[in-house]
Amino acid sequence: MIELSNVSKTYGTGSNAVHALKDVNLTVPKGAIHGVIGLSGAGKSTLIRCVNLLERPSSGSVTVDGQEMTHLSRHELNRARHRIGMIFQHFNLLTTRTVFDNVALPLELMGEDRKAIKTRVLPLLEMVGLSDKAKQYPAQLSGGQKQRVAIARALASKPNVLLCDEATSALDPQTTSSILELLREINQQLGITILLITHEMEVVKSICHRVSLISDGKLVEDAEVGDFFTAPCTQLGREFLNDFLQLSPPKELIERLSDTPGEHTHPVVRLTFSGDAVSTPLISRLARECSVDVSILQAKVESIQDRTLGLMIAELLGTPAQTQEAMSYLEAHHLQVEVLGHVQRDV
Amino acid sequence: MSSAMFNLILQATLDTLYMVSISGVIATLVGLPLGVMLYVTRPRQVLAMPVLNQVLGIITNIGRSIPFIILMVAIIPFTRMLVGTSIGINAASVPLTIAAIPFVARLIEGALNEISPGLIESAQSMGATPWQIITKVLIPEARGGIITGLTITLVTLVSYSAMAGAVGGGGLGDLGIRYGYNRFNPTIMLITVVILVVMVQGFQSLGDYLVRKSDRK
Repeated sequence: MIELSNVSKTYGTGSNAVHALKDVNLTVPKGAIHGVIGLSGAGKSTLIRCVNLLERPSSGSVTVDGQEMTHLSRHELNRARHRIGMIFQHFNLLTTRTVFDNVALPLELMGEDRKAIKTRVLPLLEMVGLSDKAKQYPAQLSGGQKQRVAIARALASKPNVLLCDEATSALDPQTTSSILELLREINQQLGITILLITHEMEVVKSICHRVSLISDGKLVEDAEVGDFFTAPCTQLGREFLNDFLQLSPPKELIERLSDTPGEHTHPVVRLTFSGDAVSTPLISRLARECSVDVSILQAKVESIQDRTLGLMIAELLGTPAQTQEAMSYLEAHHLQVEVLGHVQRDV
Repeated sequence: MSSAMFNLILQATLDTLYMVSISGVIATLVGLPLGVMLYVTRPRQVLAMPVLNQVLGIITNIGRSIPFIILMVAIIPFTRMLVGTSIGINAASVPLTIAAIPFVARLIEGALNEISPGLIESAQSMGATPWQIITKVLIPEARGGIITGLTITLVTLVSYSAMAGAVGGGGLGDLGIRYGYNRFNPTIMLITVVILVVMVQGFQSLGDYLVRKSDRK
């Protein structure tokens, strides 16, 4: 449905040139919800604006619904944009129009008559749960309600694609989840393909099917959400994940960690369980079969869509040979074992 | 006060209102599109035309920088060509209009400047043409600022029209100079000033009322 091939975008020229996007390739199949996550300034905004050509790529091709966007005339581009809805972080509703008239705007732009507009707008307001606010102005609404109006407006022209530009970043966590729920419904009931950009892992976790990680204008990862949350391939991906899971050893332990094992040290490991490993009582077996003791420092279980992900930070207590054997045992049972360091045990 | 005096004051008041309204209306009709052009032809705007933008900007600045009293006498040949005479209220309306056009244009441009760029971007994402963006987004969203700008213009025109009186333009300024100043009649001077103050107050209150009515924020 959306295909970006070798898309690059450069602002300025010569030594002042800023490469906002570098050779980006991205495919979003019909009906998917695809997330692009990255830090501020990584190029997310430019990327999503290249899809409907609010930003024209310096090179590369952009195809939406089989149509090469960069070859369209002005007029054709405007027609193509009727089939691509977009919502924004700051809602961008017209302050001088009522809720009804805001949702009617794209239909007015397409030249629909008053009657057709009414039959289209009212069900949309119903769908986003704001039928009773039709005559109010945006200033009278809460942030979540404003984004609902913006969603209804984006859907008015019956688009195939919805672009979400940090759509929940200005909202509180509860409102965020209700907006995400609405987006999921839209995706499932209307079959609309969604491309969203965000800096929040929570958004990716709750609604995305696939996720791309953008860093410094390049897509550095592209994975199923379940895979990304269990095994990110890049350092940045791991940082996003750790930040999201808020799982790291206590501060005073980090200070005592050393990179090299000593005579009386024990390894501190981060264990990642996924799939069957989550429901297997591996830790108690480990204690029996390898005769090591396990001191659990932190642990957490997250469900990421249909998968369950377990995380644990633990200290393995035993002789070097025993702990080595324990780690091999865990790896053999498909756990990821990452040695964070070694710590001197207080006797 | 004699009835002759009363008639004189009434006539001068009507003359001032005539000059202010005719130049206000024409200046709005020309200045509003000019102000919109100054905004939309900027680089990276919806109708980006940097060269045209520069040219319009320079013309507007020239218009804004010539002192009104000099403009008035400088364009006398043009005024004669247009209305056949260089004295009277019709003649005075010409320089008033010319002076007000760039004034209105800059105020409109300033009002459009206050609109969040996100609104324009979202209209573009809906496939709006530049004309649709101007008529459905820019002007409606800026209407509070536009009314404020037009109010400032009317008030400025009232004071400029009094200056026009000094060169035989008619109106309250003319009356004040000829009767109040030249003939030492402090009553006439006072009445003239009071009427001007009331007129300015009236325009300002009307403008404020309309801004309040249009405000949805």
